[in-house]
Amino acid sequence: MDAPIIELTGVTKSFGPVNVLRGIEFRAYPGKVTALVGDNGAGKSTLIKGLAGVQPYDGGEVRFDGEPVELTHPRDASRLGIEVVYQDLALCDNLDIVQNMFLGREETVAGTFDEGRMERQSSEVLRSLNVRTVKSVRQKVASLSGGQRQTVAIARAVLKKAKVVILDEPTAALGVAQTEQVLNLVQRLAAQGVAVVIISHNLQDVFKVADYVSVLYLGTMVAEVPIAQTTYDDVIGYITGSKTYTPSGAGA
Amino acid sequence: MTANTPNTTALIPEPQNDLIGSGQEGGVADQFRAWGSRLRQGEMGALPAVAGFVVLSLLFTFLSPYFLTERNFANLLTQAAELVMLGMALVFVILLGEIDLSAGVTGGLTMCIWVVLTDVAKVPWFLALLIAFAAGLAIGAFIGFFVARIGIPSFVVTLGLFLGFQGLELIIIGTGGNYQIQTPAILAIMNNNLPVWGGWLMLAIFVALSLATSLWDRSRRTAAEVPNGPMALVWIKSGALLVLGGIAVLLLNQNRSSSIIAIQGVPIVVPVVLTVLWLGTFVLDRTKFGRYVYAVGGNAEAARRSGVNVVLIRFLVFVICSFLAVGSGLFSAARVGSIDATAGKDIVLSGVAAAVVGGVSLFGGRGKLVHAAVGALVIAVITNGLGLLNLPSGLNNVIAGGVLILAATIDALSRLRAGGSLFRR
Ligand SMILES: Nc1ncnc2c1ncn2[C@@H]1O[C@H](COP(=O)(O)OP(=O)(O)OP(=O)(O)O)[C@@H](O)[C@H]1O
Ligand SMILES: [Mg+2]
Repeated sequence: MDAPIIELTGVTKSFGPVNVLRGIEFRAYPGKVTALVGDNGAGKSTLIKGLAGVQPYDGGEVRFDGEPVELTHPRDASRLGIEVVYQDLALCDNLDIVQNMFLGREETVAGTFDEGRMERQSSEVLRSLNVRTVKSVRQKVASLSGGQRQTVAIARAVLKKAKVVILDEPTAALGVAQTEQVLNLVQRLAAQGVAVVIISHNLQDVFKVADYVSVLYLGTMVAEVPIAQTTYDDVIGYITGSKTYTPSGAGA
Repeated sequence: MTANTPNTTALIPEPQNDLIGSGQEGGVADQFRAWGSRLRQGEMGALPAVAGFVVLSLLFTFLSPYFLTERNFANLLTQAAELVMLGMALVFVILLGEIDLSAGVTGGLTMCIWVVLTDVAKVPWFLALLIAFAAGLAIGAFIGFFVARIGIPSFVVTLGLFLGFQGLELIIIGTGGNYQIQTPAILAIMNNNLPVWGGWLMLAIFVALSLATSLWDRSRRTAAEVPNGPMALVWIKSGALLVLGGIAVLLLNQNRSSSIIAIQGVPIVVPVVLTVLWLGTFVLDRTKFGRYVYAVGGNAEAARRSGVNVVLIRFLVFVICSFLAVGSGLFSAARVGSIDATAGKDIVLSGVAAAVVGGVSLFGGRGKLVHAAVGALVIAVITNGLGLLNLPSGLNNVIAGGVLILAATIDALSRLRAGGSLFRR
């Protein structure tokens, strides 16, 4: 099996007296989709905010490509090639698709924008993800549908040549067709060699795209299994705490 | 908010190559149709304000024989200059959804400092002016620090300064004090004109700048092999600028004096304001700083996560606003010809009104400098026209207020019709 590109050991995080993450183990592999599941408030978003550097962990170790790293600022994550597509998407409605995709890393010539090059690259990335529904890359993001917005957010990560793309509930607000589109996108990302981490409450989606599933229960990682070695019912059991995962038993 | 709004670019033909469209495809007619569809979706920009300006001008032309004269046209421009400047200053903070209530008195206070330095302390006027602008920067940095760093709402900080600076003006000038401005160079800004050829040169420079930036944009798009809009559109834009600007310069170059000494030429303040407008627009549209101003105004959290230094951007807009506000104060002082302890007290809300009338959103993220400039002209034309009609001066504010509410209503309704919510942010 491949070496993990991301490896967390004993990661902790608390907000005042509340221990949200209590010594987490977590791995993600290049070219694979790892699903992160768990009930509301289990700590999934907190876990990935740590990886993104926006809300640093209190303790524990993060290894990237085998090397221990510090993630205390979004810049740290960005430099390593970790990109997060947040639950709330974090797009600027008043800017167009190109402007959103390049926000924070605009291409300039003599201090002024090279709009042509930015537009070209945005267009190419969207095409490489087989996006067909977007008519113009100069549309304001406010005018896009939920699925299209998700697409732009993901394309943004691809544009940055991300090695790890983390998606926080990318299909939560989407209809059937748009969910399908986004899941396709997720698989295409992994096929390009990106390590994809997807948070989802929808186990059907998880079983459709994931290679591994990691289950958080009240701030502890209770299971980390290849999807082929587990079942729908087992995962529900881990999520609700009614079943405990035993690594040795999984292979039986 | 994520509802499917009609696609602006649905009207534009599919791109020919393997790229996604960029809204540039098709001919002039397609581009105009796309523009029309954007208007219907509520992206009207300064159009309602331009229409308002035209309607009001026609109305006053009809009501007063003095309105449509070369002399009044020049008067209108000089009267509007301080408001245009203040409106543009405020756009920077309004784009972040912030406000600077002290912008007017910042202009007033720094002019008080200037006049006392030149008149009493006998500091050379130019050095004193540098000190005044530096004081503006310091005031902006003060506001920026408290808003961006400490996190106090800008309304509160600048309301405090609005009150405090009025007190400082009184302390510096003394109650009832009034300083005549002795410096010819300062008075010249508002009272002197460019030579006739200077007006034409100014027009040529701005048309050339507009054409050059358009062509430069096109060359970079060509280099990146993305489609360019029809070249005809560039000619139409430059042509319109040339014709409208040409008419304005021609009018201002006529002798508008009623005595033997000729008064003609473009008032000096006009190229000054246009230069600020052009530079500011350039920065907002084409540099990272400008883009980040819009990004922070649209979604500060998204900007932060993209690595934008939100605190710095928020700090800088207040510095820019206060700096430009000094310019507005300078215009005002030069027009009146004297400075007293109430300088700049009344103008700030008109400046905010100018921005809103022009189509700048108080919620942030939406608007341009030119919007504030057009809005300011609308408000100035009301003041100017009513003055010619000899109507009670109270009416001035009543009508300006009505126009403000009307402008905001048009904006809200156009958005509502486009399927948005009236209470959208
Ligand atoms: N900034 C914060 N301050 C205090 N408590 C917080 C903060 N952020 C998260 N929490 C708490 O940490 C816990 C885990 O939150 P988190 O958002 O990580 O859950 P989640 O697994 O993403 O849930 P969901 O599925 O609802 O998105 C919750 O109890 C939440 O209230
Ligand atoms: Mg969450």
